[in-house]
Amino acid sequence: MTSIDIEAGRTVTGSKPRSLRLPRLDRERLLPFAVPLALVLLWQAGSSLGLISDRVMPSPVAVTQAFWSEAADGSLGHNILVSGARALAGLAIGGSIGFLLGIANGVSKLSEQLTDTTLQMIRTIPHLAMIPLVILWFGIGEEAKLFLTSLGVLFPIYLNTYHGVRNVDRGLIEMGRIYGMSNWSLFSKVIFPGALPSIFVGLRYALGIMWLTLIVSESIAASSGIGYMANNAREFMMTDVVVLALVIYAVLGKLADVIARSLERWTLSWNAAYQR
Amino acid sequence: MSIAPFHTTLSLLTEPETDTRTNLRTGRAASPVPQPGAPAKAAVLTLRGVEKSFGANRVLRGIDLVIPAGQFVAIVGKSGCGKSTLLRLLVGLETASSGDIVFTDEEGRAIGPEARIMFQEPRLLPWFNVIDNVGVGLGEGISRAEARARAEQVLWEMHLRDKALDWPASLSGGQRQRVALARALVSRPGFLALDEPLGALDALTRIGMQQLVSRVWRELGFTAVLVTHDVNEAVHLADRVIVLDEGRVMLDLDVPQAHPREHGDPELARLEGRLLSAILGTQ
Repeated sequence: MTSIDIEAGRTVTGSKPRSLRLPRLDRERLLPFAVPLALVLLWQAGSSLGLISDRVMPSPVAVTQAFWSEAADGSLGHNILVSGARALAGLAIGGSIGFLLGIANGVSKLSEQLTDTTLQMIRTIPHLAMIPLVILWFGIGEEAKLFLTSLGVLFPIYLNTYHGVRNVDRGLIEMGRIYGMSNWSLFSKVIFPGALPSIFVGLRYALGIMWLTLIVSESIAASSGIGYMANNAREFMMTDVVVLALVIYAVLGKLADVIARSLERWTLSWNAAYQR
Repeated sequence: MSIAPFHTTLSLLTEPETDTRTNLRTGRAASPVPQPGAPAKAAVLTLRGVEKSFGANRVLRGIDLVIPAGQFVAIVGKSGCGKSTLLRLLVGLETASSGDIVFTDEEGRAIGPEARIMFQEPRLLPWFNVIDNVGVGLGEGISRAEARARAEQVLWEMHLRDKALDWPASLSGGQRQRVALARALVSRPGFLALDEPLGALDALTRIGMQQLVSRVWRELGFTAVLVTHDVNEAVHLADRVIVLDEGRVMLDLDVPQAHPREHGDPELARLEGRLLSAILGTQ
């Protein structure tokens, strides 16, 4: 009888019991780092045994020392901050434009007919191919980097937002109409949440392109930032600093992805695919 | 969770009739939840010469019907007979090519088409929990707190209150349809359209849902139009069964038996046979 009562909703009000699963979670968290760690150890062993020349590739210890010396005079922190700010500004501008265009073209036939073809055409141009033109337009100041980064992140966010909006269940939209939802409600309660999984895919693509664009534009023309740091070090044959810059890019890239993922899990907790 | 629909059915079968009656009518049972608004007046539907074409395809060819307030009408017919199109016209999802559909109250005054519909699939918003999904049925211009209070009342009536904070994805098929029914009824509509809402459920859950639909209809007194391909379901739920064939009313049959109806009633079986031979005889 108990199970019948539970199904009928008469007895159960408390929360469901959760099993203790910490040890397994720890293992799951640590396992992905095993391969990078092993590679670093191999690399160090290779350098220590003289198999890898210092000129070609500095040892992990040398890179760590470079980290300390760069960090000590504050230039590393400054460069990371400058690069991070550029990346975020580009993401904010390009991402907003891509998002708004994606929503507009997903919702409005007129807007789609007006702009989609143009966007698809511009999309096929590799945005880094515009560097010469961009330098002519903006010189080598912040605007050039901002423009390139914005342009780079715009398209993955546009495409995935558009795709997400177009793929929202028509039945749900019909339901919303019958229940008298205003256009704003229909957007905020049905279309946007329905498109969100796809928008996050776009965001994660965009984050990759964001770093890529920044590295390239900072190596070409900049007086600060990690790309500048690496390029500057190249001129003085400081391979350890060059490698350090690469490591920092990897860490920043991973960090951005982790943030995007946790945002995804938090906002999509209704979706079984994102439940933990 | 695979046995949940069976339990759901059992709970509906064993539920004391008087208990639920008080809940729905007066909200006065041992419940701490707020009172619902007064039930809306049941709608009278008048259809005059309703036609609907999609291009050259004439789906409805002149439908004249009057559905009195509080009547439960079932529309049956073969696939493509126009029954779903007729229902979509009634809830305003399509507009008629010609003819009128008028909603009035019992005194003949025109009322807004306060129509609600239940589809074959529940169409719940997966990113809203159960109580907020029910709140969608209250429409705009209502505070979140009040929407939640009224939604909670209806969930309580549907024996779903302990599911209020669950995601739709964690419910069984029968529970999801009960949430969809709660959403349709939370605004106390004068008219409810049912588009094969039980078609996707397993046999036992289906019987339980039929009893639930019949019970809330008797207690809230709205006008109901059910589209179904299941003649058995039609004669068990409806006061009147209309057979559509190629866009016209072929048969309009009263089912005078009192509610609630027993499965296995010989008179109902006789009507079912008559309807089936009418539908199949037109092939």
